[in-house]
Amino acid sequence: MLNYDIIVIGGGPAGLAAAIEAKKKGIKDILVIERDRELGGILQQCIHNGFGLHIFNEELTGPEYAERFIDELKNQGIEYMLDTMVLDITKDKKISAINTKEGIMNIQAKALILSMGCRERTRGAINIAGMRPAGVFSAGTAQRFINMEGYMVGKKIVILGSGDIGLIMARRMTLEGAKVEAVAELMPFSGGLKRNIVQCLYDYNIPLLLSHTIIEIKGKERVEGVVIAKVDKNKKPISKTERYIECDTLLLSVGLIPENELSIKAGIKIDPRTNGPIVNESMETTINGIFACGNVVHVHDLVDFVTKESKKAGKSASKYVLGNLIKKEEIIKTNADRGIGYIVPQRIRMSNVDKKLELFIRVKDVYKDAKLVIKADEKVIKELKRRHLAPGEMEIISLNASLLKGKKVSNISVSVKGS
Amino acid sequence: MYDVAIIGAGIIGSFISRELSKYDLKTVLIEKDNDVSNGTTKANSAIIHAGYDAFYKTNKGKFNALGNPMFDKVCKELDVAFKRIGSYVLAYSEKEIETLKRLLENGEKLGIPDIKIIDGDEIRKREPKLSDEIVAGLYAKTAGIVGPFELCIALCENAVENGTKLLLNYEVSNIEKNENRFIISSNEKSIEAKYVINCAGVYADKINNMVNKPKFKITPRRGEYYLLDKRTNGLVNSIIFNCPTKMGKGVLVTPTVHGNILIGPNSEDISSKEENKTTFSGLEFVKESASKSVKNIPFNEVITTFSGLRAEATGGDFIIEKSDTKGFINVAGIKSPGLSASPAIAKYIVKIIKDLNEGLKENKDFNPIRKKIVKFSELKDEEKKELIKKDKRYGRIICRCENITEGEIVDVINRLVGARTVDGVKRRARPGMGRCQGGFCSPRVVEILARELGKRVEDIVKSNKESYIITKETKGNIDYNK
Repeated sequence: MLNYDIIVIGGGPAGLAAAIEAKKKGIKDILVIERDRELGGILQQCIHNGFGLHIFNEELTGPEYAERFIDELKNQGIEYMLDTMVLDITKDKKISAINTKEGIMNIQAKALILSMGCRERTRGAINIAGMRPAGVFSAGTAQRFINMEGYMVGKKIVILGSGDIGLIMARRMTLEGAKVEAVAELMPFSGGLKRNIVQCLYDYNIPLLLSHTIIEIKGKERVEGVVIAKVDKNKKPISKTERYIECDTLLLSVGLIPENELSIKAGIKIDPRTNGPIVNESMETTINGIFACGNVVHVHDLVDFVTKESKKAGKSASKYVLGNLIKKEEIIKTNADRGIGYIVPQRIRMSNVDKKLELFIRVKDVYKDAKLVIKADEKVIKELKRRHLAPGEMEIISLNASLLKGKKVSNISVSVKGS
Repeated sequence: MYDVAIIGAGIIGSFISRELSKYDLKTVLIEKDNDVSNGTTKANSAIIHAGYDAFYKTNKGKFNALGNPMFDKVCKELDVAFKRIGSYVLAYSEKEIETLKRLLENGEKLGIPDIKIIDGDEIRKREPKLSDEIVAGLYAKTAGIVGPFELCIALCENAVENGTKLLLNYEVSNIEKNENRFIISSNEKSIEAKYVINCAGVYADKINNMVNKPKFKITPRRGEYYLLDKRTNGLVNSIIFNCPTKMGKGVLVTPTVHGNILIGPNSEDISSKEENKTTFSGLEFVKESASKSVKNIPFNEVITTFSGLRAEATGGDFIIEKSDTKGFINVAGIKSPGLSASPAIAKYIVKIIKDLNEGLKENKDFNPIRKKIVKFSELKDEEKKELIKKDKRYGRIICRCENITEGEIVDVINRLVGARTVDGVKRRARPGMGRCQGGFCSPRVVEILARELGKRVEDIVKSNKESYIITKETKGNIDYNK
């Protein structure tokens, strides 16, 4: 059996940053396993710019952002395998992987870092009625076809869902000569970043139809059109608002789901709110020595934050291997209170926190001029004013460790105050 | 000239062609689409009914009773998954218990083995997720599940291996009887055959009317289904029916041979023979009905929904008979339990053909065994290693949800009756059947199909001829290395 100190599953932005950081912290034997034909993950198909503003203070395209990490990985001499799929992991950190060169491999690691990313929700998951012709793509699949494989997937497009990939693809398809008829969004607000709504839709006069959904797909062999309708407060279609839009393609950008099939196999506990593993301050899952970072934990808006979070996971994994991670201590639980969708991490051991404790949160609804209230047990320890809060934009709360260290706190809650 | 032309490569036509390939006959199997198993066979409940349900005096009753016991052997020969997992028909009231008794009695008249009525508590002990409201159920041990399109494809493959000619993309536009032969045309092309067997599913009336007086009409009866993620495996371990009504056996909840949970169908008569769409109201009805029998079905685990059209003939029974035109045989209106009855129907048709052909000889070279399909994920580690050593393509996972390798995909493309489309690959090797529904693997499957078939990527279709996936290359053929 092969042995490594740390095995990183997934060579996208999360895995790359985690591996590099672990190496920098003194770990020698690291292996990154990537299932695709190249490192970089989904960044490689995100050829638009807007990546790196926080990490590099400049605007990069996805492949450029990935390249910086891939170059560093290679400079650091970190081992990686491409076109290799991990089939199984165990709680004892044994993995089984497969590729064409080595066949089936069984590898033992001292620590694992899970960075498998996420996948797109499908038509089936949201139950769109109608025929099942060709021409219905998830936005990411279309993006791969166009940007990596070099093939266009349609001429007249309707997009359901205004998540970031949907918005980016509206612009991309337009630039490739397609006509994007509309972007329909079930919610009364977009789940995408504001800058993407402006730069990808408004700049190209593509209508964003809020509180709309697709109630039927038409076409026997290829999509011929879709019927859209307005929805009421309960997201039910309102009769007589139906409208037919002729198109040959329907793109779906209706949400992302962290890919945790392997995590579940190992027995890692999943938070139903994030669909990712429950993690602690060190990005360690509910199994000691198995860490997770990036979109496999919770879906991020910006890759820069993935990088930040993954560095933390890499650093923690190195500490674990070197025996420096403090394991035994009272655990503080985080609690997503009123208006909050989720908080990562879910568990905190203050001894492993240096100066700042960072909480990643997502609100459930859109708020204006509201406050984020952070309580330690019942006591308010911080309030943050926000002019605008939206589910599409992750918030980071940074708390001074001194607020919590040495104090007997069992629960940190975050809630939204305001309307 | 052919001896026999079978029109329609669904489960019935395929079973008949395989049975006929056991004899010294020149047989052609004709299909309008670009793949076999493309109609009702691809979208149904995938159940082999025990056979107590249909009235004992009907064709449905007789052929189901005869068909059910035949599945073990044929599925073994053809390497198709088939499991006898048993079924329950549930009763929620005294009145419904009366229905169960009627079914039991009917079953006994048909000689269905191992059927009995058991009480609600016993049922819940065996199937803990079932409703507390259930007072009794009819248990049938011999009911089973099968992959209908896998079976249909396997039958065709075996038939072709044994000499049957398969004609795809041959939509019959006209049939003429000329003395002792039929001329079967598709646009400009035509073939000739001594006998015609009409297995055209929802189009069986149209085909019949090309030769005979319109004697029956086929009404497409649409049924819609949910398919749940494999994570829900174990929700139920047998086939769960509600009490039957006039419109059919009602909504069922069942495991599939692949470990998913299948829920459906509703039942709606429609006019179009092509409109196999799902509807919001239809699926809501399925959800409600299924929730009556099984508690807390995790509908958030739905990975896809689909619908199929059953061929409901005038009179409601199967039409399996020689028509007024000599040599033209109708096998029409084969709705549920058509799949369960299919092997028995095929045997019966063989008998008819034998009667018409005195002294018909057997095909001495008939090989009942189909070359095994490699299911990589089901192999032991050692077997996997050996296989990858022999063929590296088994070391590359293409579909990460179902763990399907490139080797398996290439195999189903290159077999007899090989896959030519993305859906064809999906039905044979299962990439795209999982929870991401082909999101990740479909570009790779398209690429492999193009490579193996020597086609352009733009020419690979999802299913039928016009179901193109790619419209054009983004930037044309620029060679950036020059």
